[in-house]
Amino acid sequence: MAKPTQPMLDVENLKVRFRTLAGPIEAVRGVSFTLGKEKLGIIGESGSGKTMTGRAVMRLLPKSAEIIADKLQFEDVDLSTATERQMQSVRGRRIGMILQDPKYSLNPVMSVGQQISEMARFHLRVGKREAEERTLAMLEQVHIRDPHRVYRLYPHEVSGGMGQRIMIAMMLVASPSLIIADEPTSALDVSVRGQILELLDEIVVSRGIGLMFISHDLNMVRSFCDRVLIMYAGRIVETIAASELENARHPYTIGLLEALPRIDAPRDRLAVLQRDPSWLEPTR
Amino acid sequence: MTSSTTVLSGLHAWLVTDDVASSRQAKLGRAYRVWLELLANPLAFGGAVVVLVLVALALLAPVISPYNPNAQNLLEALRPPSATHWFGTDEYGRDVFSRVLFGARTTLYTTLLVAIIVAPIGFLVGATSGYLGGWVDTVLMRITDIFLAFPGLVLALAFSAALGPGIENAVIAISLTVWPPIARLARAETLTVRNADYVVAARLQGASVARILWRHIVPICAPSIIVRVTLSMASIILTAAGLGFLGLGVQPPTAEWGAMAASGRQYLLDAWWLTTIPGLAILLVSLAFNLLGDGLRDILDPRNG
Amino acid sequence: MTPAICVEHLTVTFGEGMLAFRAVDDVSFSVMPGTAFGLVGESGCGKSTVMGAIAGRLTDWQGKIAIDGEPISGRRTLPQRARVQMVFQDPYGSLHPRHTIERTLLEPLEIHGLDDRDRRIGKVLEQVGLPQRFRYRFPHQLSGGQRQRVAIARALILSPKVMLLDEPTSALDVSVQAEVLNLLKTLQEDQGLTYLLVSHDMAVIAHVCDQIAVMREGRFVELTDKQRLIAGAVENDYTRLLREGV
Repeated sequence: MAKPTQPMLDVENLKVRFRTLAGPIEAVRGVSFTLGKEKLGIIGESGSGKTMTGRAVMRLLPKSAEIIADKLQFEDVDLSTATERQMQSVRGRRIGMILQDPKYSLNPVMSVGQQISEMARFHLRVGKREAEERTLAMLEQVHIRDPHRVYRLYPHEVSGGMGQRIMIAMMLVASPSLIIADEPTSALDVSVRGQILELLDEIVVSRGIGLMFISHDLNMVRSFCDRVLIMYAGRIVETIAASELENARHPYTIGLLEALPRIDAPRDRLAVLQRDPSWLEPTR
Repeated sequence: MTSSTTVLSGLHAWLVTDDVASSRQAKLGRAYRVWLELLANPLAFGGAVVVLVLVALALLAPVISPYNPNAQNLLEALRPPSATHWFGTDEYGRDVFSRVLFGARTTLYTTLLVAIIVAPIGFLVGATSGYLGGWVDTVLMRITDIFLAFPGLVLALAFSAALGPGIENAVIAISLTVWPPIARLARAETLTVRNADYVVAARLQGASVARILWRHIVPICAPSIIVRVTLSMASIILTAAGLGFLGLGVQPPTAEWGAMAASGRQYLLDAWWLTTIPGLAILLVSLAFNLLGDGLRDILDPRNG
Repeated sequence: MTPAICVEHLTVTFGEGMLAFRAVDDVSFSVMPGTAFGLVGESGCGKSTVMGAIAGRLTDWQGKIAIDGEPISGRRTLPQRARVQMVFQDPYGSLHPRHTIERTLLEPLEIHGLDDRDRRIGKVLEQVGLPQRFRYRFPHQLSGGQRQRVAIARALILSPKVMLLDEPTSALDVSVQAEVLNLLKTLQEDQGLTYLLVSHDMAVIAHVCDQIAVMREGRFVELTDKQRLIAGAVENDYTRLLREGV
């Protein structure tokens, strides 16, 4: 269990608003949290705003979206007022991102090694030779057995698990201090999933990186993260230590836990979540 | 005033709501969204306005044209634009303004007829080829390739020369050059959805090929075919004008922009309006169709949504 | 009693010669009427291929498949098709984006020449727990769970004996998954349906199915039942790995 550290990310009253035909829609409606050198899980169902929260931190939102926050501080950068130029030095360099499916995040016409070295040259401004060496070292760090062979592979030639390792390696070259992982294992098979989580854990702990782990999978977040935020309809309804999830107090969290089919506790019918309109109101 | 605004905003809410209560509301709602997006795209909207004005002028030509387009008056020949003859007169003293208006009819008639012929043929060839695959695909696509191998105008020229002059033959000749790209497009679209779950579901439930093409593939291909046909309108107009210019399209004395421009060529130095006015009409309408097509592509293509 | 589904020595090979790949390698099982059979495994293990052969999506396979005792082949009659219906994984891809719900449900009725269409649609919407006014909506106006209900309704409207469920809840949220699984159970009890459920999620399989087969590389590595799976009395390490999850 990581001990609370100086927060590197401080978010206060974050809102994300979209303009649509039927009027503005708030996808994130006042979210506040801090993130230190820890594994912070953000759990929520589709439409809960969990992905938007992660994207807002990276300022990677479509043009029709508007980000409003009382505070959106990442280390020494105020993300809410930073210029696009400043954001470019944050994105990818100081905050890394891993997405669900590596197939869509990798350039299909470049070998994976080239893509990683490109990243190293861009972010670290090192020469070609050195970038290549760093790439090989990085591939080794994500436990790829034969880095020289994998360097020359193209994205379609690697499996899902390998692809995700490559994404992690690519993100790590710039030595980010914060990683936002959005459903990083949802596209992977159960047996590969465990290995990727282990790898992420090892990197985060050994390098002292903060991790924002966005997922819909309660069981996985429970066993992987230190602390969990539960989001519902654009708000955080509960913040709880992952080990304490069993004792969650908010009816939504309890409802989610009970809706899961469980091998160790078979039931004839699963509990159906009864949504209470009062959950939409700000808590406290 | 306020009550009319509330009625309007109520209508807006009724049209954009997801909670539709009838299939009429669902269809109107979709049309309304297309309309709003068209409004938000000034160039496309401009194109649509010009096309609509063209249609209106063509329909109303007999009412608004000041002269009979074919009435000759040799005493008034080759008069420059003036208050009595807005666009001047031609070598037989016919009023150019009236002829341009009636020429719009010919142009619209040709383009619409071509569109109506070409869209179903292109779809049928392309979708059948894409859906069935195998040797059907090979045969149909090679035929398409043969047509695509010739430049459109050359092919149209050859066909209308073989078929003989006349507007119907011009329509056939132009159609023969326009369908292949549409077939290619329909095939590509069909290939992307032929293994989609909803098509597989229909197939597993026993739907015939005809049913799948008509009910399932047509609604998917329709938007891009509409866009493609709209964009082809410009080249259809130009080809029609080109055929008219060479005397292979509409026969005199029927007014046709290309033929008008051609006959004015002899008097280019003395009577610039004879070629310029029909030329401008061709330019304006082709441009309008292109702008509209571009806008429709942004609006109708689900990939842009 | 005749099994609702009987599969004997099913083998499916893709490609030819040197490149031939056995996606399914000599698989046999049978499912009694009114019960649920689960196929669990990771991507590429052949579980969807087995389902594809039974559904009629694949036509080139060796072995024997019988539905209700009646052997079926690649070519099927309409009544044979009506008897086996399928629900797909992705509720976003399995409904025609430009068909209203009513149109989607009319399709099978028109194909099979069934009359009394309005009443049938009303009834099936009620069975899957959707309000009647949803008829006029397009799929993009529905949530994932609602779409999956429509997909179930489309299968149900032909009164099938056997329902093939291809990861029916893996694209859905946990709370919606619970609703859909409950619906599937209710429908099974009310109509005596036979289910063949394919999933990678052992918990879902154990919740729904009476018999469970664990697949890997085209073969069954273990054939077990609900009680043994819940009790953890599994023989194969791979089954154990899937059962533990992460």
